[in-house]
Amino acid sequence: MPHVQYGSTRCDLNQNETVLDGLLRAGVGVPHACKAGSCGSCMMKVVRGAVPARAQTGLKDSWKARGYFLPCVCLPENDIEAVEVGDEARVAARIVSIEPLSHNVLKVVLAADGGFDFRAGQYLTLIREGGVARSYSIASLPGDGTLELHVRVIPGGAMSGWLVDTAKAGDEVQVQGPSGECFYVPGQPEQPMLLIGTGTGLAPLYGIVRDALSSGHAGPIHLFHGALNSGGLYLRDELAALDAAHANFSYSPTVLSEDGAVDAVVTARHPNLGGWRGFVCGDPTLVRSLKKKLFLAGIAMRDIYSDAFLPAVTSTNAA
Amino acid sequence: MSTATTPSLYEQIGGSAAVEAAVDVFYRRVLSDDRISHFFDDVDMDRQRAKQKAFLTMAFGGPHNYTGKDMRAGHARLVAMGLNDSHFDAVVEQLAATLRELGVGEPQIAEVAAIAESTRNDVLNR
Repeated sequence: MPHVQYGSTRCDLNQNETVLDGLLRAGVGVPHACKAGSCGSCMMKVVRGAVPARAQTGLKDSWKARGYFLPCVCLPENDIEAVEVGDEARVAARIVSIEPLSHNVLKVVLAADGGFDFRAGQYLTLIREGGVARSYSIASLPGDGTLELHVRVIPGGAMSGWLVDTAKAGDEVQVQGPSGECFYVPGQPEQPMLLIGTGTGLAPLYGIVRDALSSGHAGPIHLFHGALNSGGLYLRDELAALDAAHANFSYSPTVLSEDGAVDAVVTARHPNLGGWRGFVCGDPTLVRSLKKKLFLAGIAMRDIYSDAFLPAVTSTNAA
Repeated sequence: MSTATTPSLYEQIGGSAAVEAAVDVFYRRVLSDDRISHFFDDVDMDRQRAKQKAFLTMAFGGPHNYTGKDMRAGHARLVAMGLNDSHFDAVVEQLAATLRELGVGEPQIAEVAAIAESTRNDVLNR
């Protein structure tokens, strides 16, 4: 089996063991979260040997060219040497504000030094002191000048707990990214759009809706936000105001305990979706089920954009 | 004496554009077919769509690098779930129905069905 050289550590990989798992087994403290090639927390740079294409899936072309790869999905065929990601992939940022949006969702606003290019609906990886890294969707628009994140508070969470208990305005963090293909693409301004999010899956959709409206999208835009109970709904006033201000935008908050599951609500209200564009964000199980339902209701696969929020997979920290 | 060469099956059907047109129709039919839809409950749709495209390209007589070994490995989990001849027949039926829906002629449909048929033993791991 191949081995991985990382700093002073040499790790001989076991059969079907990823580079990340091998290094963690060897006691190297590599930041990581999703362990599924999605969040980018564990990204490294290969400086000797080659990594399979699968280990670079989803990365920007300029990053691939520089040798960045994701060790959590890397099963190298030959020996490699990898190093920590340099500062060129991460930018320093400051916390501008932290405030509650609901009983368990925080709005965290960041300002990135020198700016941060992204499209509304993409996500970034937030890295705090101590190397803890977590991915969050961006709820703000590129023109806003700041980065707005919606962070679900998880008891004992390594990042969300820190944001609740310790972090304050002015603190320095780093951001990496952006990533993700779930965003509004101009063109076909008459195409009806359906956006469905659960929990903090609202964050990217809030950006995408405002991006579409400000881009002059003229077709109907229907946003459904699903929550377990009414306490889980947030940004209600802002979305209701947007609904009132735009004849082609409608906002439908749905609560599981009162209205039933959001996927059933959506398919009952919109049984025929041929020619529509769909966006689905949030809980991975619901995202998978909704993608299938939207497809069977007539949306073409290429017109379905999604972002499944994978939980952090670590033995010592929750997200 | 004729110098015209007969277009290949893949060209007759319409090449990669036909695959692109067929994949959503085919996949929607398969997911809506109660005989086989449960085999797709846990799959990632984007990855599955890429696989369906590769399969359709092969079945249409187009370029592919499928091997019997891939077919076996790719379906072993499904065979363990009970995949059998009746399910294979249902997929071939949906493939033919897809091509009819897209206006492909019966002789070409028969050729596609024959190519799909040639994978039966590998798909069913026997």
